[in-house]
Amino acid sequence: MQSFKDNLQRLNRPLTFLLAVPVLFLLLWLAKATLSQYVILIITFIGIYIVASVSLNITNGYAGLFSLGHAGFMAIGAYTSTLLTFPVKLREVFALAYLPPMLGGPEFQWPFLPALLVGGIFAAVVAAIVGIPVLRLRGHYLAVASLGLMILINAVAMNFRNITRGSIGINSIPKYTNIWWSYGWVVLTIYVVWRLTNSSFGRAMMAIREDETSAQVQGINLLKYKLLSFTLGAFFAGIAGGLYAHLSGAIMPWVFSFNLTFQIVIMVVVGGQGTIFGPVLGAVILIVLRYVLKPLEEGLTVYGLVELIYATLLIFIMLRKPEGLLGVRRKLSS
Amino acid sequence: MYSTEYLFQQLFNGIVFGSMYALLALGMTVIYGILRLIHFAHGALITIGGFIFYIFFTIFGLPFIAVIGIVIALGGLLGVVLDVIAYRKVVGGPEVSMLITSLGFYIFIENLMKLIATPQPYPFRPPVFLDRVHSDWFITFRTVDLFIIVTSVAIMLLFNLFVKRTKIGMAMIATAESGETARMVGININRIINLAFIIASAIAAITGFMWGAKYGQISYDMGFMAGVKAFVAIVIGGVGSIPGAMLGGMILGMLEMFSVAFLPPGYAGYRDGIVFFVLILILIIRPSGILGEKEVK
Repeated sequence: MQSFKDNLQRLNRPLTFLLAVPVLFLLLWLAKATLSQYVILIITFIGIYIVASVSLNITNGYAGLFSLGHAGFMAIGAYTSTLLTFPVKLREVFALAYLPPMLGGPEFQWPFLPALLVGGIFAAVVAAIVGIPVLRLRGHYLAVASLGLMILINAVAMNFRNITRGSIGINSIPKYTNIWWSYGWVVLTIYVVWRLTNSSFGRAMMAIREDETSAQVQGINLLKYKLLSFTLGAFFAGIAGGLYAHLSGAIMPWVFSFNLTFQIVIMVVVGGQGTIFGPVLGAVILIVLRYVLKPLEEGLTVYGLVELIYATLLIFIMLRKPEGLLGVRRKLSS
Repeated sequence: MYSTEYLFQQLFNGIVFGSMYALLALGMTVIYGILRLIHFAHGALITIGGFIFYIFFTIFGLPFIAVIGIVIALGGLLGVVLDVIAYRKVVGGPEVSMLITSLGFYIFIENLMKLIATPQPYPFRPPVFLDRVHSDWFITFRTVDLFIIVTSVAIMLLFNLFVKRTKIGMAMIATAESGETARMVGININRIINLAFIIASAIAAITGFMWGAKYGQISYDMGFMAGVKAFVAIVIGGVGSIPGAMLGGMILGMLEMFSVAFLPPGYAGYRDGIVFFVLILILIIRPSGILGEKEVK
C-alpha cells in the first residue's frame, strides 16, 4: 500500500502528467471501440462526477471549508447552458423563451463550449455573491448557508416556470456531451487542482485549513483565498452540471437536490479530502457501486439501499480512516 | 385587504409552527454550544419520533399518554446511541469531521426509514380528543394546536429551570461556554455531552409527533427540512443563546406562515427559499443573530 501511495505522489511530476493524459485517452479510445454503449455511458457519467468531486475538493479538501451547495451550482450550470444551446425550432413547442438580443437574439443557438463556460461563470458569480458575506464568518456557517443556497436555487428552478418549466423540467436537450468532452474536462480540472496545490495560492489555502489564526498572522488574506477556492469549486461544478444536462438530455429540479450534493461529498471524503486522486477514486467507487447495486435495489424493491450503503461507507470511513482511502494521516499537535 | 380574523389566524398558525421550530432549535443549540457541531442528525429524530408514535398508537393502539412516554424514552435512548457510536470517537478532532459524521448518520437513518417504511407518506392521525376542530371562536383551530403550544411552553420553561436551578444544568451551560474551563473545575464533560444528546433527542422525538399531527402525514424525509430550518432559527436568534434559539424558532415559524399567507399565490412555492434567503440576509447584516454575542474563537 505504501509503494502505491509513493507512486501516486510521483504522479505529481509534470512529465508524468504529460504521459498520463495520452495513456488515459488511449484507454478511453480502446474502451469506446470494444465496450457496449451502456458501459460507455456509465464511464462518461463517471467523468462528470469526477469533475464535480475534484472541484468540491478544492473547497472542502484544500481550503478546509465545508460546502454543501455543489448540486446547486451544478443546477445553475445545467440550466444556463441548456437555455443557451436549446434548439431554436423546439423553443416554441417547449414554451421556452427565445434568447434576448443581448445573448444573440431569438434566432441564435449557442455552440456547446461557450454555453458551458457561461454556465460555469454564472455559478461562480452566484458563489461569490453568497460567499463574500458568509466566508467572513468563522465556524461552519458555510455548510448551512450553501445548503440553503442549494434549496433556494431548487425553489427558483421549481417555480420560475417561464424560464425553467418548473417541475416538468426540460428535455430534448441536444446531447453534445460524449466521452471526450467529459474526460477533456476531467483532465483540465485535475490539471488546475494539481497546479493549484503547487502554487502559493494552494499553499495559502492549506495554511488556512491547518490554522486560520496562524495563516492570518502570516499575512494571508483569509477572505480572498476562501472566496477564490469557493468560486473556483463552483465554476467547475457549473461545468459538470452543463455536461450532465447535455449527456442525459433532460434536467429536472429534483435531480440537483440534496442527494446529489451528498453523493459528491461522500466521493471526496471516501477518496481522501485534500488529495488529487482521492475524489477520482471516490467517484469511480460510488458510481460503479450504484450501477452494480441498481438491479438488486429494483429486484428487491428496497429503494434507498444504494444511499444506505453510501452513508454506511461514509460513516465507516469517518470512524476508521478519516483521512480517506488515499489520504495520509496527518499528526495533529495541540 | 385582509380581515382581522385572517391576520389573527395566520398569527396563530405562526405561533404553532414557531413552537415546534423553537423546540428543535433548543436541542440543537445546546449541542452546538457544547460540541460546535451542526447536528444534522437531529432532523432524523423527528422522523423517528413520528414513526414511533404511529407504530405504538395507530398500529398497536396503546393509550396516548403511554405512547408519548415511549416516544420520549426511545428518543432519549437514540440520543445516547448517537452520542456513543457516532460522536465519541470524533469529538476533539477537526470540527468538520463531526459535521460529516453527523450528515452521514442523518442519511443513514433517512434511507433506513425509506427502506423499512417505503417512500410513501403515511396518514397520521392524532387521538380523537386532540383532533377536534374549534371554529366557533374568533379563529379556527384544532385541540392539537393548543397541545403543541402548551407542551412547547412547558418544555421550554422546564428546560430553563433545569439549566438555572440544577447543578447538572448549570454544568451543561458552563461546558457550552467553555469546555476547557468546565473540565478544569471537575465537570465530567462526556456525561454532559451524553445528557445533552438525551434531552435534545427526546425533545426532537416528541416534536416529531407534533409535526405529524400538524401536517397530517409522516414520511421518511420529513425531518430533513425541519432539522435544517431549526439551525436557521438558531442563527436568527443568535448562536449559543438558549432564549435566542426559542425566539429564532418563533420568528421562523411566523415568517414561514406569513410568507405563505400574504405573498401572491404564485409565490407560495418559494416558502423554503424565503427561509434560506432570510438566513443569508441575517448572515450579511447581523451574523451574531438577535440575541447572540459575537463568536470569538
